[in-house]
Amino acid sequence: MNREPHPSLHRHYREITRRWFFEQCGVGLGGIALGHLLQQAGFAAPVAPANPLAPKPPHHAPKAKRVVFLFMAGAPSHLELFDYKPQLAKFDGTLPPADLLKGYRAAFINPNSKLLGPKYKFVRAPNGTLISELLPHTATILDDIAVVKSMVTDAFNHAPGQLLMNTGSQQFGRPSMGAWVTYGLGSESQDLPAFVVFSSGKKGPSGGNSCWGSGFLPTVYQGVQFRGSGEPVLYLSNPRGVDDEVQRDSLASLRKLNQMRLDAVGDPEIATRINSFEMAFRMQATAPEVMDISKESQATLDMYGAEPGKPSFANNCLLARRLLEKGVRFIQLYHEAWDQHGNLVKDLKKNCEDTDRASAALVKDLKQRGLLDDTLVIWGGEFGRTPMVQGGDDGRDHHPNAFTMWLAGGGIKPGLVLGESDELGFNVVKDKVHVHDLHATLLHLLGFEHTRLTYRFQGRDFRLTDVHGEVVSSLLA
Amino acid sequence: MKAIWILSAWAVAAGAAASAADRIDFARQLQPVLKQACQHCHGEKAQMGGLRLDAKQAAFRGGHSGPAIVPGRAEASPLYQRVAGLGDQARMPMGSKPLPAEQIALIRDWINQGAEWPEGQSARNVEIKKHWAFIPPRRPALPEVRRLTWVRTPVDRFILARLEREGLAPSAEADRVTLLRRLSLDLTGLPPTPAEVDAFVRDRTPKAFEKQVERLLASPHYGERWARHWLDAARYADSDGFEKDKSRQVWFYRDWVIRAFNRDLPYDRFIIEQLAGDLLPQASQEQIVATGFLRNSMINEEGGIDPEQFRMEAMFDRMDAIGKSVLGITIQCAQCHNHKYDPLLQEDYYRMFAFLNNAHEANVAVYTPEEQARRADLFRQVRELEAGLQHRTPDWAERMARWEDRVRDDQPAWTVIRPSVDDISTGGQRYFQLEDGSFLAQGYAPTKHRAKFTTQTTLKKVTAVRLELLNDPNLPLGGPGRSIRGTGALTEFEVEAAPANAPDKTVPVKIARATADVSPPERPLEAIFFDKSDKKRLVGPIEFAIDGKEETAWTHDTGPVRRNLPRKAVFVFEQPVEFAEGAVLHIYLSQKHGGWNSDDNQNHNLGRMRLSVTDAPDPVADPLPARVREILGVPREQRTPAQTQAVFAYWRTTVPEWSAVNRRIDELWATHPEGSSQLVLAERDRMRETHLLLRGDFLKPGKVVAGGVPGFLHPMPPGAEPNRLGFARWLVDRNSATTARSLVNRVWQQYFGVGLVASSEDLGSQADPPSHPELLDWLAVEFMDAGWSLKHLHRLIVTSATYRQSSKVTPELYERDPQNRLLARAPRLRVEAEIVRDITLAASGLLEPTVGGPSVYPPAPDFLFQPPASYGPKNWYEEKGANRYRRALYTFRFRSVPYPMLQIFDAPNGDMSCVRRVRSNTPLQALTSLNEPLFLETARALALRTLREGGASDAARLTYAFRRCVARHPTAEETAELLGLLERQTRRYQEDARQPWDLAADDPARPPALPPGVTPAQAAGWTAVARVLLNLDETITRE
Repeated sequence: MNREPHPSLHRHYREITRRWFFEQCGVGLGGIALGHLLQQAGFAAPVAPANPLAPKPPHHAPKAKRVVFLFMAGAPSHLELFDYKPQLAKFDGTLPPADLLKGYRAAFINPNSKLLGPKYKFVRAPNGTLISELLPHTATILDDIAVVKSMVTDAFNHAPGQLLMNTGSQQFGRPSMGAWVTYGLGSESQDLPAFVVFSSGKKGPSGGNSCWGSGFLPTVYQGVQFRGSGEPVLYLSNPRGVDDEVQRDSLASLRKLNQMRLDAVGDPEIATRINSFEMAFRMQATAPEVMDISKESQATLDMYGAEPGKPSFANNCLLARRLLEKGVRFIQLYHEAWDQHGNLVKDLKKNCEDTDRASAALVKDLKQRGLLDDTLVIWGGEFGRTPMVQGGDDGRDHHPNAFTMWLAGGGIKPGLVLGESDELGFNVVKDKVHVHDLHATLLHLLGFEHTRLTYRFQGRDFRLTDVHGEVVSSLLA
Repeated sequence: MKAIWILSAWAVAAGAAASAADRIDFARQLQPVLKQACQHCHGEKAQMGGLRLDAKQAAFRGGHSGPAIVPGRAEASPLYQRVAGLGDQARMPMGSKPLPAEQIALIRDWINQGAEWPEGQSARNVEIKKHWAFIPPRRPALPEVRRLTWVRTPVDRFILARLEREGLAPSAEADRVTLLRRLSLDLTGLPPTPAEVDAFVRDRTPKAFEKQVERLLASPHYGERWARHWLDAARYADSDGFEKDKSRQVWFYRDWVIRAFNRDLPYDRFIIEQLAGDLLPQASQEQIVATGFLRNSMINEEGGIDPEQFRMEAMFDRMDAIGKSVLGITIQCAQCHNHKYDPLLQEDYYRMFAFLNNAHEANVAVYTPEEQARRADLFRQVRELEAGLQHRTPDWAERMARWEDRVRDDQPAWTVIRPSVDDISTGGQRYFQLEDGSFLAQGYAPTKHRAKFTTQTTLKKVTAVRLELLNDPNLPLGGPGRSIRGTGALTEFEVEAAPANAPDKTVPVKIARATADVSPPERPLEAIFFDKSDKKRLVGPIEFAIDGKEETAWTHDTGPVRRNLPRKAVFVFEQPVEFAEGAVLHIYLSQKHGGWNSDDNQNHNLGRMRLSVTDAPDPVADPLPARVREILGVPREQRTPAQTQAVFAYWRTTVPEWSAVNRRIDELWATHPEGSSQLVLAERDRMRETHLLLRGDFLKPGKVVAGGVPGFLHPMPPGAEPNRLGFARWLVDRNSATTARSLVNRVWQQYFGVGLVASSEDLGSQADPPSHPELLDWLAVEFMDAGWSLKHLHRLIVTSATYRQSSKVTPELYERDPQNRLLARAPRLRVEAEIVRDITLAASGLLEPTVGGPSVYPPAPDFLFQPPASYGPKNWYEEKGANRYRRALYTFRFRSVPYPMLQIFDAPNGDMSCVRRVRSNTPLQALTSLNEPLFLETARALALRTLREGGASDAARLTYAFRRCVARHPTAEETAELLGLLERQTRRYQEDARQPWDLAADDPARPPALPPGVTPAQAAGWTAVARVLLNLDETITRE
């Protein structure tokens, strides 16, 4: 699939392709779906094959050029962090109104369980907004972010919920949003993957690799897992016994031999193979350098709470910024730690200590470097938590009807608080934002009309938002 | 447009009582709405759902689901219903905003006024043609061609005819070396050895190539190679998927597929056995194992799930797999609504679904042929010993009858209770109450919990509680427990009671005695349940359940087979519970003998259990097995010999003088093989009702549907069973329009990179048009006529001149046909992930060619299987012996943590059925083949082998190593380049202080022996060369 015409054989076609792209894919795109254009350009094409990762312009001028999604996997409690509910405190220990529970399905608890008041205090942030005492750093960036208190989702189990948040479907097999974006925009980086994933916290995400999979899209679009310590990318380092000299000499020979074969049989796929080895070699040099945060100033390290050599969410946030600067398009940081069925008080505090400073630092750092304007930052999990208690008095179950996320930069209206849940934080009552709407908005900011970023599979055009999704215009700057 | 808006708004204002005065003008008012809102999908270009609204007759005839317009009755007209959003079908226009209210009202009023559509107001009568793939294939005549001498098999006639039409000529035949490597990789997935190449090159007999075809088709590796494609379609993986992603045993199914290909099981039988092997008469273990195809769905045991929701997900997955892999039609859409393009109705979907919906999710014990032989031997010996007892005791029947009379009525009356379960107490496990009052444990399986059951009994007096452990097909090995062996352990059995009229006055009830029909001696808890504590955990007799100790538990595990029998225990209270108004009883089943990791297969929970109470004094657990007790209910003269033997098998254990023989039989049972397990289907006795699910939501059941097949396809064959088996027979019926086409198309795709229909998962109306439609039909018919023989199909293709062409491409030809759909040359394809690995293993000589067996664990980075890379910690037992070098087909597949090397080279992870892999070419692949440990091991092994066997000179050695990788001899230029590398690197290792064994040995501390006169520096130099050879594009390409 991944074919790039080789200069010796197909410069002509590449020229055609490139010219054609600039002419056809510019602003006046007209009514032709991008998927169709790409098909014309590379996948099933009468024209010469193009590199599927070549940078491509979207449908309209984008506000955001790159994305960082801080995925708080396990689902943080909106009720302790962002969504202040004095009534919930007041009715602590009483049963919820019966009509609220009609048709409601809970994961673990009998829905008819007592209400649990917020376990942490809310305080006034510098800008006057109420926010949890657990988020002192996020409190300082409220003027830069938009808090959405009216998120809803369809799933109330982790794996389906995380898949929905990532792929727009609760079922396995669909491409993740990072894969869609990479498919639509290609890669800016010559020596790093376009879509990078980190994982911190207690465990990996429930949805596993499928959270960043390419589904039915070509596999070149799937997320590449990076690690905050050790070898940053699998098999990046020369193995034992292979020093740089052996590697360089071997790759030089390999290139010559592959070139000889290309000359003999003429298959442009060999040219792509040659390029792949060259990019691999470049990545061997670039990635370790990008991943070395020890060169950051102490002030920067302190701002994030990062410590070189000690894997953490904070390190990952800092690494995300460094990768964004090198042209990585889509980064996800999974922090799977938020499933507080019990130990709500203790674990929530710890999770906030682990993530609050670094999340806020990332936004501030991007801003001070002038990157926030065209970088979209998203914070949130796969659903919320029940206003009802689980177990004694220190846990909450999964809750899909209302939860909070925040977004920043990349065309998002700063300082906004959007939406409301009811007095118990149970249902959304104003400005409901479904996961599909979030996806539509994300694609919009990246320059796509979400209904037109499609890929044909099994006889139909698929898209991230399936048949749903509305751009949340009130979120836009 | 504005005029229309005003007029229709006015019509709305005028209300439903339309008069002649506000009669709607079709051409002026309605037609523009239809044109603008509907005809994009229901017009000349597209006829979604078979509906056209641009022509009168077509519009009134309606689409696949019937007439769209019922004149005079808008409410009954789908056209109105769908735009108005009434009913359960998706609102039209699909994917856009609803129409403005005025337009909806306009449509309503027009229909209510009689739906007058004047003649001549629209396109002429138009036909909606039946899509080609839905018409059963017929054998087309072979096309005429000019260059008949080129033709080797009928396949070539079709290819050549098209080439001649396009003014193209086929390429020359590939050279013999290329041809044999191509053929070997295509048929077995392994490269030819240089000796095989030489033999073929030397063979100048006329049928030399055909001989190679037969040799390779007869190789056991043929089955491995072609099984892999089917396993993609069957979404095979060795784990459950979702968050827990626990390992599962399904390799018997994988091996069944391999054997099926090797013995050329006809494709129709291949499908029938996979869908309904269990329903065949006297189904063999193999046929039951085949139903693992449907069970390859994922299983979610995440905490807090509703198991029925995920059973439904699995059902949808099975339908999808059948659609893609057997029917070759996308049917997934009809899960929620009528298919938008093909004439598949949502009801059709659920009618097919109904056939599959009547099965247990079973997990059965399976045995290898060797184990089966041991079992047969064991059973024979037991039978002989029992026959010996009977022979030596002529009056055994009378004695047994007297015993029977004594025990027949010796049991007290028990009242089954139907308690409620305290949700919080179950640790997330779901206890489903069944009709017989028993509970089936499903969903998340905590390794430690104490389930609380509460009931109010009307008995005035309760003296004891009985706990029955029961079998269920949905439990591992049928249960009665939930552990991977079907066992459970009861840590503690506790009771509390309160008067029914004062339920808060709960007091503990002391248990005085406990008895059980199995009460093994004390032994340490098995290692699989290790909980990382330093407690000395024991299992053993029933007394362990009432000793108040967390460390001890009652076990019913008495070895293979017998551990999976139903069991019972009786707990007698020290003082009867007596309350005039009856009692509230709280019964606690403490189950804390599982392991430390609830995300793995470490639970040790009871799987299905039933509680009863009695007021009889001092009851004991019935020592008779449930089955024997049941047989005693059958009059002696009506019993089958097997039933009589079953009674005897128990009775003999009660005869004191037979203790020696009884002991001998117990010893024999102790030698019973453990066997393995396999997920299969088992048909339910009672039909599960199937509902059409509104929008595919299992919480919104619509009308009940019975099993059936879509009307636009062929009917069920006469006499077909109205169940899963009949459905399977229907799928592979000779009249099926898509089954054979879909299969031959996919086989073609494997050989030529692209199918005759490129969208091989969907031959429906949205499919890409076939490049050679007649060839597709010819192959499909020929395939069926030849008894659905895959080997026949392979022969047809690989012996063709088309297949034997060179893959060399000129810029002119590339420009003309970059996708090579016309096949004026052979395709040149990077081999699939598994074959990339297999080629390097074979070239290095490390390949361990054993066919079949449990999946293996080649080296992989540890961190991948540990949090936070993985959700839960996973076991990856890196192989140290020959299993390290098995074919990649046998690599253990965790769905959530795919084996990196395979994933990077595009192997699907088994989340869903895949009939067409993508083929990428990426830097990550380059990093993997350069740096992954096993790749490096193969480079070292190839270097060593070359030094040992490749001859004395470097040039001879190079040829040897080169040929092991790509079969052909190197050119002078290639030799020079590689010898240059060898020379440079060998010299570096000689001159530098660097340790050559760092590069050349897997373990530098224990370097391998080298042939005399060879230095470690040479070994290092050759390792560098071998590494380059294994990384050549050509090495992993089938030319």
